[in-house]
Amino acid sequence: MSRVRPGAAVVPAFAALGFVFLLVPIAYTVLFSFNDGGKTNLVWRGFTLDAWRNPCGAPRVCSALVGSLQVGLLATLVATALGTLLAVALVRARFRGRGAVNLLVLLPMTTPEVVLGAALVSQFLSLRVPLGFGTVVVAHVMFCLSFVVVAVKARVATLDPALEQAAADLYASPWQTFWRVTFPLLLPGIGAAALLAFSLSFDDFIVTNFTSGGFETFPKFVYVSATRGIPPQANVISSAMFVLALLVVVLVRVASRARRRR
Amino acid sequence: MTTVGTRAAAVEPGAAPADGGGTALELRSVTKRFGDVVAVDELSLAVPSGTFFALLGPSGCGKTTTLRMVAGLERPSAGTVCLAGRDVTGAPAHRRPVNTVFQSYALFPHLSVLENVAFGLRRRRARDVRARALEALELVELAHLAQRRPSQLSGGQQQRVALARAVVNRPALLLLDEPLGALDLRLRRQMQVELKAIQAEVGITFVHVTHDQEEAMTMADTVAVMNHGRIEQLGGPADLYEHPRTAFVANFLGQSNLVRGTVVETLDGGRTLGVDVGGARVRVPAHRSVPGARHVLVGVRPEKVRLVAAGDDARGGDNELGPGTVVDTSFAGVSTQYQVRVEGLGTFGVFAQNLGGGSVHAPGSVVRLAWDVPHTFALDGHQEVGAGTLGPGDEP
Repeated sequence: MSRVRPGAAVVPAFAALGFVFLLVPIAYTVLFSFNDGGKTNLVWRGFTLDAWRNPCGAPRVCSALVGSLQVGLLATLVATALGTLLAVALVRARFRGRGAVNLLVLLPMTTPEVVLGAALVSQFLSLRVPLGFGTVVVAHVMFCLSFVVVAVKARVATLDPALEQAAADLYASPWQTFWRVTFPLLLPGIGAAALLAFSLSFDDFIVTNFTSGGFETFPKFVYVSATRGIPPQANVISSAMFVLALLVVVLVRVASRARRRR
Repeated sequence: MTTVGTRAAAVEPGAAPADGGGTALELRSVTKRFGDVVAVDELSLAVPSGTFFALLGPSGCGKTTTLRMVAGLERPSAGTVCLAGRDVTGAPAHRRPVNTVFQSYALFPHLSVLENVAFGLRRRRARDVRARALEALELVELAHLAQRRPSQLSGGQQQRVALARAVVNRPALLLLDEPLGALDLRLRRQMQVELKAIQAEVGITFVHVTHDQEEAMTMADTVAVMNHGRIEQLGGPADLYEHPRTAFVANFLGQSNLVRGTVVETLDGGRTLGVDVGGARVRVPAHRSVPGARHVLVGVRPEKVRLVAAGDDARGGDNELGPGTVVDTSFAGVSTQYQVRVEGLGTFGVFAQNLGGGSVHAPGSVVRLAWDVPHTFALDGHQEVGAGTLGPGDEP
């Protein structure tokens, strides 16, 4: 069996190609954050740290980033709280219309985003709600909610109902049972759901573009500046976000491994 | 019927009342329906304080549902649940002075062993929580593992933590839902002894649910045998074993040989009944017979039956059936178990103690069955002979 068959190299080779395909755009983004690009940043003109030294150098780039962070944090908070409660209820409680709720909550995931965006904007207009920060948050909560429900539901399903019954048996009120037993045991699922919600919100352009009016988020800023040339500062912020996300993943891995060994 | 030794053992001050005189638990006509299925059917029972009470029955007989209604985890469809004389039928689980050892143990995986045990005390804002939790862990000999997580313990250790977590609250009533079901046989026998000892030490009333008749009989002061949501018979283990009143109890609690017969005469001035069994005459003590019935099931336990070889004479005055043919002989260490087929009556089980030097009857031998008259009992004839025996789909 030690003989190397020619076919054995095919799978790793394809895997390597797949990785190249996935990572080249990111590498390109990082590389061009160091480009002395001037206004357009489309061709390589030489190495510089200017953009990294002054990431807010380009007009509006940092206010757009702050807008994205604010929307992301608020939408994540609301969607995670609502989604967790919904997930617990959908798994644990027996109520009329449970099947319908189970199905309907998945709809935003499967509906094309443009349709959602168009529908939302017409809703906001007919209700005479001025477009801006608030409408963006509401829209983001809506599409994040489905993902949170799905992620937390999977976790609730693995939770032995006897644990909550044991808590009640040991004099814990329903409120105490939730905070002392259910919530801590769901926390890994809730954390994962929150990260997912935040990245979805931070990343979103289509729904945001419909519902934001004059309010600017980072993806929207990049889209708008694309016509005139994206400043290298946008690459800096994207690269930094990428590194930050990578760091979070590594930290979570290390922490969970340490917890398992304990 | 309920012969129960009062055990008002060392109870700490402030503990639940286990004065031996009162009734810890009383169920009055409790019924539980799940849709069209009646899980528990008008069940009534009373458990005296300080005793070890077992609910015994096959899976699906309603014993766990009964326990869950006492714990407050199920609401009865009808009837009343009283704890120490107080009606708690409508009270939620967390307001009942009852603790449960769950079948799956249900230890909180995110808390240490100590915090698991302290959980109930903390919810009730007790004092000296840590010391009392450690004390409870010492009772189950696990104080040295207090800082571990439940997942780092063996099944037997988790079982003890679950017990300590319940006992530490000194409940008026401790409920055990098949707590030994997940343990292997050896550990199970050991825990039976320990559970019994702990119950005697803390003096709390235990209500134990099990499908293992040996477990129920070795541990409990009183056993309630359940079937189809009702109590078939209630009494002390020896009483149930020696005086079964239904075919189900006779077969489920140990084994029984049951044959159909007809009462034909009364003897000894009414103290003995003569019963015709397939042409043979068998005598049954009147007090061990269902009163007034003509058609009966005559029963005798396998270990009470002796095999008499074809040439030998049985002792005069014994009940005798046969001849029959030995169809199976299996050596089980302390005893040899025979299956003897008697034409027209069926197959009888016989357990012969291995006293050494006794002859072993090989399959094919022709033997007669003999036993002392006082060991004979007679049940109502309108029952299935096989009630309570294990069918192919039942759990062991």
